[in-house]
Amino acid sequence: MAYGPHTPEDRARMLKVIGVGSVDDLFADIPEPLRASGLRLPPPESEWELSAHLLKLAGANRVDLVSFLGAGAYSHFVPAVVDQLLLRGEFYTAYTPYQPEISQGTLQTIYEYQSLLAELTGLDVVSASHYDGATATAEGALMACRATRRERVLVSRGVHPHYRQTLCTYFGGASLVADEIPLVADGPAAGTTDLAALQRMLTDTDHPVAGVVVANPSFFGLLEPMAEIGRLAHAAGALFVAVVEPVSLAVLATPGEYGADIAAGEGQPLGMPLSYGGPYLGILACREALVRQIPGRLVGMTTDVDGRRGFVMTLRAREQDIRREKATSNICTNQALCALAATIYLATIGPHGLRDVAALGAARAAELEVALAAVGAPRLHPGPYLNEFAVRVPRAPEVHRRLLDHGVLAGLPLARAIPDDPSLVNGLLVCATETTTAEDIAAFATALAALAAEPQEGVR
Amino acid sequence: MTAAGDRLGPTLFERSRPGRGGGKVPHPPTDALARIPASQLRAEGPRLPEVSEPELTRHFVNLSRLNYSIDSGFYPLGSCTMKYNPKINEWAARLHGFAALHPFAPDDLAQGTLQMLWELEQALAEISGMKAVTLQPAAGAQGELTGILMIRAYHRGRSDVQRTEVLVPDSAHGTNPATASMAGFKTISIPSAADGGVDVEAFRAALGPRTAAVMITNPSTLGLFEARLGELLEAVHKAGALAYMDGANLNAIMGRFKPGEAGFDAMHINVHKTFSTPHGGGGPGAGPVGVGEKLLPFLPSPRVVREPDGRFRLEAEGERVTSIGRVRAFVGNAGVLVRAYAYIRAHGGSGLCEVSDDAVLAANYLKARLRDVLDVPFDRLCMHEFVASSATLKAQTGIRTLDVAKRLIDYGFHPPTIYFPLTVEEALLIEPTETESIETLDSFVAVLESIVEEARTDPELLHSAPHDSPVRRLDETTAARQPNLRWRAMTGSQTPCPD
Repeated sequence: MAYGPHTPEDRARMLKVIGVGSVDDLFADIPEPLRASGLRLPPPESEWELSAHLLKLAGANRVDLVSFLGAGAYSHFVPAVVDQLLLRGEFYTAYTPYQPEISQGTLQTIYEYQSLLAELTGLDVVSASHYDGATATAEGALMACRATRRERVLVSRGVHPHYRQTLCTYFGGASLVADEIPLVADGPAAGTTDLAALQRMLTDTDHPVAGVVVANPSFFGLLEPMAEIGRLAHAAGALFVAVVEPVSLAVLATPGEYGADIAAGEGQPLGMPLSYGGPYLGILACREALVRQIPGRLVGMTTDVDGRRGFVMTLRAREQDIRREKATSNICTNQALCALAATIYLATIGPHGLRDVAALGAARAAELEVALAAVGAPRLHPGPYLNEFAVRVPRAPEVHRRLLDHGVLAGLPLARAIPDDPSLVNGLLVCATETTTAEDIAAFATALAALAAEPQEGVR
Repeated sequence: MTAAGDRLGPTLFERSRPGRGGGKVPHPPTDALARIPASQLRAEGPRLPEVSEPELTRHFVNLSRLNYSIDSGFYPLGSCTMKYNPKINEWAARLHGFAALHPFAPDDLAQGTLQMLWELEQALAEISGMKAVTLQPAAGAQGELTGILMIRAYHRGRSDVQRTEVLVPDSAHGTNPATASMAGFKTISIPSAADGGVDVEAFRAALGPRTAAVMITNPSTLGLFEARLGELLEAVHKAGALAYMDGANLNAIMGRFKPGEAGFDAMHINVHKTFSTPHGGGGPGAGPVGVGEKLLPFLPSPRVVREPDGRFRLEAEGERVTSIGRVRAFVGNAGVLVRAYAYIRAHGGSGLCEVSDDAVLAANYLKARLRDVLDVPFDRLCMHEFVASSATLKAQTGIRTLDVAKRLIDYGFHPPTIYFPLTVEEALLIEPTETESIETLDSFVAVLESIVEEARTDPELLHSAPHDSPVRRLDETTAARQPNLRWRAMTGSQTPCPD
């Protein structure tokens, strides 16, 4: 067997000590009618064969295109030190730090992660991690329901559609209600959360609102009037749940500053590869007053019997292994190693580096906007954005497909992610980061211009 | 076990000096943010630490040395299956073609990963005996939630809305009742029978038109195969309920028992247990869920589809309206799943059977060797793990399981899972896994013998253990009463820097 140490002699010795004749005898407790006979799977592969196969599979993916895809997962430069340190077996082959005396490495790094994200979000309590941005958002909304003892949340349509769907899945189980806040249809605020509609929805006294969930930047890259939304939510006795992108928090107003009670978000941009959607990092943070409502592990600083500093998992009465059916969530395994990646990333990039990453993405995005507008792809919405925005391209899904042949992955056709909104059928969501070059932008614009000159599909 | 220098050092924040670090990304133009309204910008930059790369490297390397890990030693943590994590898996997950693939990449660009995911689904369906598998759940607990939500959708689809209860044995993992609550069900806890198994009569009495599902861990958290499982499953289905299996203990039964074929309707699989993906200090894992015929329509979306021409694609938005929906943003923890895929291919069918055989062999060997050292409350054949107990030791010497566990640390071993399952007094749940040599198992026995001897001759040595670890027993009470959950740049830490 590939990784087993036992020789035939070892097995014989063990069977003798146990006092049975064969390994089959050890399975005597399985009732005869329930027994299976082996596995119909291919034979074992040597490590050389396996590595060749994996190389072939990885090679069957196309990751060589010039990409402008964001939409919740972002390509950033990750300094080499991040992965080198993540490869320390002492980190990645350790279990959950249930024995704190021999887990201080994991515990201190989680404490540092909590502290770093507290600085970024402006909120004091940060959970040790959740599965991803979508589940963190759902858990944040559930927190709002628990804290207010109300059963309805309002979720802006500017929140990532996958997060909204995940939230609905979670809310369906708990028999809670999630209503969508529409977006402004036109004018200078087009594409942002409709404040007038929000206000109307908040005044429905028959169905009091537990929380208002809004993303900044929104799925469309737009900056939302977060402070105003927070005021409206609080005036109705609801909590304000902000969905955030952590790199942007180096420069954008923080949830703490604009009065959010809870912040949730996707931590992948902090040093994690794209990996087709996971493993990522669910960020969940809240004000101190909500600390007993936050689900997931928390690490605190304390002292040992000799008075020396040490770290432990704490406030564990919230968790499933202690509280069982009364726990704040069923979460157990989280994304600890991804939180470690974020910790190392933030420590190596530093406060100025993180600001540079955010600002450089913004600068590249502005160049992209100009270049695309010049070839007939103007922005879909007029309001301010950071590094991601939607453009209007006739027959966007088809154009997107044909651009692949030009080596350009032209962001996301919005109709693919949000098929139920006719105003988005000609939309492409594109983003730039610090890794986007002037050549990339030129390649996109040139290809788009070339396509416009080509005969269209269907009229050949 | 630990070198004298292996103590906690300052935090990143204490190491920070203005002006250190930098050089990772170019500087943006000075007016890069000029087009953003001032009201949208943060008032002052985040107070992140500024450290140089050499300092940062030493910071994390030295922290890593304070951890116990599988790479450094024996980790017999019952219920957690701490087996060796093969290095090729780490290499595979980092291949550029896998790691750089965007989750919104069009299907044509993602054929390698989609094929990997599809083949992994097929392999897990064969191993579990289920009709189909979703890879979307991020962890075992999320797999449970996915399974129970599908069961909820199944009953609702038949307009059977009175089923509000989920039956869970009292020996179950805490995630089972917590999952039932999240899915909107009331948990009914069923006491175990005297032999540690499910009490079929108690289940029969609780089953009825209000029962939506039963959640069974098999082998149980005591490491015992549920001998009366057939009867139980029959009673469950007769009552119109569905049977969910917590697959945390799959490592015991590959090739010997297929839950789907035996009649379970859904189960989750912890790839970070049975399929060797690393635990990462708490995650990430992945919790694929296998389902039988009845739950097929409700699988989370999107699924990976194999077209007749052999191409792979993801389901489109809204393609399968019966789905419970998404349980997370994207299709799964692909970077974790590729490790499980590599592990399964390395072993093949025969190798996976051997994994379970050796895991059960090692557990029974260790149990036989420890029978004269500690109590073994269920002294019969076990599966991949077994429960020992310090009850007699406590009665004779006052030494508790906690003390034994902490003393094991001094001897260089990670303690077993303690005080779980809740149904056994002074429990130690011991799971050696198949990747530990007989020499390691023997030395663990020898150490436990020494500890039991110490309990009689020098109990204080155990009460005050561990002695050589980076920190000693920690004040968890103050940690909970006055939580210090973050570094505060302005006030510093309440606790002085240790060096």
